[in-house]
Amino acid sequence: MIGLSLAYLRDRALNTALNILLLGLGVASLVILLLFSSQLENRFDRDAQGIDMVVGAKGSPLQLILSSVYHVDIPTGNVPLDTVELLRRQLGVAEAIPLALGDSFRSFRIVGTEPAYPALLGASLADGRMFAAPMEAVIGAEVATRTGAGLGQRFVGGHGMGGGDEGPKHEEQPFIVVGRLKPTGTVIDRLILTRVESVWSVHGIEAPHADDHHDGETAAEHAAHDHDGESAEEHAAHASPAEVTAVLVRFGSPIAAVRLPGFVNRQTNLQAAVPAVEVSRLLSLVGVGLDAVRAFAVLLMITAGLSIFVALLTALKEREADMAMLRVIGASRAAIIGQVASEGLILAAAGAALGLMLGHGVIALAAANIEQLHQLGLSAARFHPGEAWIVAAALAIGLIAALIPALRVLQSDIAETLANAR
Amino acid sequence: MAARLPPWQMPSPETLNSNGLPQGPLVETRGLSHERAENGVSRRVMAIGDWSLQPGHHALLLGPSGSGKSTFINIVTGLLTPSHGELRVAGEPMSTLSPAGRDALRRRTIGLVFQTLRLIPALSVAGNLALAQKLALGVVDRAEIDRLIARVGLAHRAEARPRQLSQGEGQRAAIARALVTRPRLLVADEPTSALDDANAARMIDLMFETADATGATLLIATHDGRIAHRFANRLDLVAPQAPVTAAAA
Repeated sequence: MIGLSLAYLRDRALNTALNILLLGLGVASLVILLLFSSQLENRFDRDAQGIDMVVGAKGSPLQLILSSVYHVDIPTGNVPLDTVELLRRQLGVAEAIPLALGDSFRSFRIVGTEPAYPALLGASLADGRMFAAPMEAVIGAEVATRTGAGLGQRFVGGHGMGGGDEGPKHEEQPFIVVGRLKPTGTVIDRLILTRVESVWSVHGIEAPHADDHHDGETAAEHAAHDHDGESAEEHAAHASPAEVTAVLVRFGSPIAAVRLPGFVNRQTNLQAAVPAVEVSRLLSLVGVGLDAVRAFAVLLMITAGLSIFVALLTALKEREADMAMLRVIGASRAAIIGQVASEGLILAAAGAALGLMLGHGVIALAAANIEQLHQLGLSAARFHPGEAWIVAAALAIGLIAALIPALRVLQSDIAETLANAR
Repeated sequence: MAARLPPWQMPSPETLNSNGLPQGPLVETRGLSHERAENGVSRRVMAIGDWSLQPGHHALLLGPSGSGKSTFINIVTGLLTPSHGELRVAGEPMSTLSPAGRDALRRRTIGLVFQTLRLIPALSVAGNLALAQKLALGVVDRAEIDRLIARVGLAHRAEARPRQLSQGEGQRAAIARALVTRPRLLVADEPTSALDDANAARMIDLMFETADATGATLLIATHDGRIAHRFANRLDLVAPQAPVTAAAA
């Protein structure tokens, strides 16, 4: 009977192909949405792993998280260096890692920090060593492949973040690559890591001595540095004397999660932001858009189901006499239903297979051609359990679309159907 | 002597029975008639009464349109339950079996040829025969299919689609399909009425020939008087009856 189903489908090949294509497009849209949103969330989670709280200048907490955890937005401003010590003294703080942002090299951000930062994100060295002295840099895996920089490579950072090398160059202070990181699939692949002092040094700020925390001391030197053409916000983001842009905090005890954000927010110039909270806020914003597109995809799939339904209904109406004939020459009711159902299922399975291929193909194409999506770590090779549900839904649509007309036909009187066909 | 006549002109059931065909009538009716309710009035559409068809005794059911030929054929094939009387096929009570029982009996004993072709258009001629075999017998016998297609003269058209066949070719393919399950009874409804004289004669020749070659007995329903002289065994049906009441029946 499967052979008969295939023969019928082949007999109206164009109709079959169009229905498979229609269902395939519906399945593909849902698969693309599913993969995209799940991988996006997954990426957000991985980049924020181990970071329980971010402390930075007052402003938008989402902006603080985006700039210092995901390195996509510009920072809210700077905070005094002693914020790091202040946080480290607090009970329940396991780690407090400073970040100094402001420069970039070929749109890869230069991050002044400590070796604890790559360790926090689970990055390890592919070759070379960790940065130790000022102006030594360790580059992420993607920075290495894109720029082709090897160990010992010297480069100068440009002022500004991510927008190409528009800003003035810091020609007099070149960095030297001392190490390269293994790929991690996190944001660190796209970062250039160095000591906080390097960032200060590039901007002519002297590193403070351990017993010297007076912020105003190097103000004159700072003023000498050429900051023409900077936006006000970028200026604010720029590391000024003995300041850092943000501090990443890992809690050692659950109590800290309750106590610390409140403590930080009571400080005049500081705000605390929790990545998990901000990310879920962001995703709920993006999610509205995703929901709308998802509704469209569902609509597309229902349309495809209806189309299969109409196609089978018309085909089966023409075939009522065929079916009566099959009954007369010995096919049982169950065999007829099975034959028609298998026709619907074959259509649906082909549509689902096409949809999966299309969906993963589009994701692969998008990841290969769209830089931002590539940076988000979009991958076509990963499957999501939800895809099984999409396939199941497609098969159910095919089955229902086939069974309704089949049952309708079988309820009619064979003798009458044959008499009418005669 | 009878032995020199073509097989379809040998009317003696005794001879055929001694040739190995099963004993007893192939089709047997007892007081068979059928009434159908139309606008609340019961109307007799077919009345045959007692009749029997012996194996090898090809029969013609002759009558004008509306005389109940199709009704009788539907009752013989178990597609319709008669309102009065009973009908046995190969000794089994077709008219009182369950629907599944009728399907099984029909599958085992009856091959059907319809006026219009009713071959499955998506399958080739050989594919149609294979499907019929698969459905009725559960197995496909390629050699038998090829033999039958050759016998009806379609060897060169075995892989053609039904819509590519001429009407005569289609009829021959339909006969081949009806016989491919080796039925004891071959029922044909108006097999010749759409054909011209020459083709109608050729069709009847072919049906006799193939039926005898496969051991099937023909039961042909038609209003086509042109083929009547070919049958020794004829059952003439009369024109529609006047409406009857339930009491009169």
